[in-house]
Amino acid sequence: MTTQASGTGGPAADGTAEGTEGRVYNVAGGDWDEVVRALQDGADQEDTEHLVVNMGPQHPSTHGVLRLVLTLDGETVTELRPVVGYLHTGIEKSMEFRTWTQGVTFCTRADYLSPIFNETVYCLAVEKLLGVEAEVPERASILRVMMMELNRIASHMTAIGTFGLELGATTVFLYAARERERILDLFELITGLRMNHAYVRPGGVSQDLPRGALDAIREFLGRMPHQLADLRSLLDANPLFLARTKTVAYLDLTGCMALGVTGPLLRGTGLPWDLRKSQPYCGYETYDFEVPTQDTCDAYGRYLVRIDECDESLKIIEQASDRLAGPRPEHDPVMISDPKIGWPAKLALGGDGLGNSPDHIAHIMGQSMEALIHHFKLVTEGFRVPVGQVYTAVESPRGELGCHAVSDGGTRPYRAHLRDPSFTNLQAVSAMAEGGLIADVIPAVASIDPVMGGVDR
Amino acid sequence: MSENSPPHGAEPDEAALAGQERLSEQVVRTGMFGTQTTGDTSGYGGLQVRRGPPPFTPRPYGSYFDEVADALSTRLEADGGGFDEAVERVIVDRGELTLHVRREHLVAVARLLRDEPSLAFELCGGVSGVHYLGDVGRELHAVYHLVSITHNRRLRLEVSVPDADPHVPSVVSVYPTCNWHERETWDFFGIVFDGHPALTRIEMPDDWKGHPQRKDYPLGGIPVEYRGATVPPPDERRSYT
Amino acid sequence: MGVEEKLPSGILLTTVEKLAGYARKSSVWPATFGLACCAIELMQTGGARHDLARFGMERASNTPRQADLMIVAGRVSQKMAPVLRQIYDQMADPKWVISMGVCASSGGMFNNYAIVQGVDHVVPVDIYLPGCPPRPEMLLDAIVKLHDKIQNMKLGANREREVTELEQARLRRLPLTASLAAGQSHNPAGGPTMLGPPAVGSPAPAAGTGAAGE
Repeated sequence: MTTQASGTGGPAADGTAEGTEGRVYNVAGGDWDEVVRALQDGADQEDTEHLVVNMGPQHPSTHGVLRLVLTLDGETVTELRPVVGYLHTGIEKSMEFRTWTQGVTFCTRADYLSPIFNETVYCLAVEKLLGVEAEVPERASILRVMMMELNRIASHMTAIGTFGLELGATTVFLYAARERERILDLFELITGLRMNHAYVRPGGVSQDLPRGALDAIREFLGRMPHQLADLRSLLDANPLFLARTKTVAYLDLTGCMALGVTGPLLRGTGLPWDLRKSQPYCGYETYDFEVPTQDTCDAYGRYLVRIDECDESLKIIEQASDRLAGPRPEHDPVMISDPKIGWPAKLALGGDGLGNSPDHIAHIMGQSMEALIHHFKLVTEGFRVPVGQVYTAVESPRGELGCHAVSDGGTRPYRAHLRDPSFTNLQAVSAMAEGGLIADVIPAVASIDPVMGGVDR
Repeated sequence: MSENSPPHGAEPDEAALAGQERLSEQVVRTGMFGTQTTGDTSGYGGLQVRRGPPPFTPRPYGSYFDEVADALSTRLEADGGGFDEAVERVIVDRGELTLHVRREHLVAVARLLRDEPSLAFELCGGVSGVHYLGDVGRELHAVYHLVSITHNRRLRLEVSVPDADPHVPSVVSVYPTCNWHERETWDFFGIVFDGHPALTRIEMPDDWKGHPQRKDYPLGGIPVEYRGATVPPPDERRSYT
Repeated sequence: MGVEEKLPSGILLTTVEKLAGYARKSSVWPATFGLACCAIELMQTGGARHDLARFGMERASNTPRQADLMIVAGRVSQKMAPVLRQIYDQMADPKWVISMGVCASSGGMFNNYAIVQGVDHVVPVDIYLPGCPPRPEMLLDAIVKLHDKIQNMKLGANREREVTELEQARLRRLPLTASLAAGQSHNPAGGPTMLGPPAVGSPAPAAGTGAAGE
């Protein structure tokens, strides 16, 4: 892990400047002698015990574009100030200029490691505003649950992989990346894209499972427990891993409540708060799974919670795929049947390549004028959502992901705000890391698993 | 629309009164198809949709909302204030309870909601802002989402402040999690949270001017050239609504 | 720079170019500037299936001082742009930039106040890689193309000649459509536009193709 001494503020002729903390040294390369000389010159004027170090936005171990400004007393961190905003994309404002359906493609890129969760929470909010929650087809809900749990495993794999990478253990990352590749293959098969799929749409999902998908899922379910066991055998009792993560980054229940922290951090304190159990959505109450908790409140406990959650997710995926494979009623759509809301066409291979399915084109051009009108209105204008505001929340791999959607009766979101768990959880890093060693900052940040796309949106 | 002259010189009937009130409401949307100039020969271009009166829900609210309102009301009265003084309006919509709180009482109400055992809203999901540009005098709304883990309940608090005086007391002393959320709301909307320990920009660069998510702030896109054609940025494209 | 810059052009220089090109392309160390979703695909490219180690590039140089290639993976916000430039400046020559993903190449789907509309506003880019996010195979293809470019890069006097020739070719190039030609002639300051150079030295094409239709 590298630390760089570089500072902010305009430089003077010798590269020093006065900042709010005292003298600031800009190290640009080849000038270490000048820094030493400046230090010696200014030694009588300032407190040389505390060193302010910038772990800048470009850093291998800060889990994304996160800037940490550390005040160090030797190796101990006396103050840690995180600076975010380096990935601010204006997603929420962009959504105000697109239709409700197009908003899915934007919100999916907020927390880019859990795109299905972003899409689902937004679509649940839109469906709640429309008042059509009960009319979303059951198959769509099962598909949403299955995709969410697959995404949960993929996200936890990345979390554990980058945890190891940031601690310097590259093997962990390779194991985790291998598993994630399999899940991305499944995503590609079902949604068409490896990441940022615009799969969940208001009213259902965009398309049904293709041929061979259930077999691929079964094969995945057969292999994954062994791979998880492999990963566990590498980490669970690894003395180096334990030494770096046990009793590190302690945040107990009071701290979590005060700081609004949810997700594996909260479950690592012993409180089994999981929105899938307490405020279920998409039919989660009908699935049989546990909520794993630990009570050590440290980084190691959170790692155990995450890997246990992967096991539980496998159970849910198995139950969901059993339901999807079961006997199907004659009319089993995956998109709401209300033609004024449900997205009309599906992509399919036709004679001239990939596009709207030829059946649908034949229907709207030859058979039904209403269908043509609905298609036209939905694609150009979008559907209108009655006035009001809602807040829906799902349990994303990082915590409670909420969507506050406000409608003014039009075809565009008046305001769509994503309450991202990483944004809230990242505030806790100061509480976790201050007073500890600088090397403990890395597991602290990694155990929060912040995704900067969600933090900054 | 037309004034029904009441018979016998009695009071104007309710329909006429309601109609007059609606006419005085502010126009939210005009036209039907987005285009105002040429191309619209349907006559729907003259359509004017007006904002309705501010909604409120009368008692009983249903579900657990009555319990929450009663508990809050009891405590507020015991503290010598009263429910109606602190809470402007209560809205129950789509299964959610929204309390519109007056800004002077926000911190007290939040503290009650957190500490009172029958309420116990321990977790605050954060605060975000909404900018209602046309709502003169109440343009900026700060919205707080609270979760009670003990009772498994949700609640929304909403505070409305005018553009001219966008100050809201900070709830960081009650819910420290709102620290960054209030900074973000200041950054994007310009709502000043009095009492916040360090209200600075968090997402935008420190020297940014303006508050980007306000409705009067442009989206800021640029026109895109592609093979000889130019596509205007999203906020300047033709709107179909 | 090095001694290769001072060699006179001729068979010696071309041999040195081949050797230097081969050496440079075989040991590129990326300074991964992983920002957003594309960074995750970049990490997956470093995984076991699509293996960046086949190029020797799995050893990412976390310090820009020792890096050759900056893969800008993800959307660059206004706050991040100065940091991007600083990291680029801290890299030692020779250095190359791949802008991975549409957000880095052109601002992508985020045409708004917060995102720099293409990192070529900030750093010079060698390879643009579209995709949202691009598949690992696409990234490998972009790296192979970059290797081609590095292999065939000329040095010293040959390089200067090549640069002059490239500049002249761009200046003489006909614009894509007549309307663009008209638009470009209003660009007195010169400088490249997205679709071609300004027609500074050639007013004729506008008149000649004017009849070809607007």
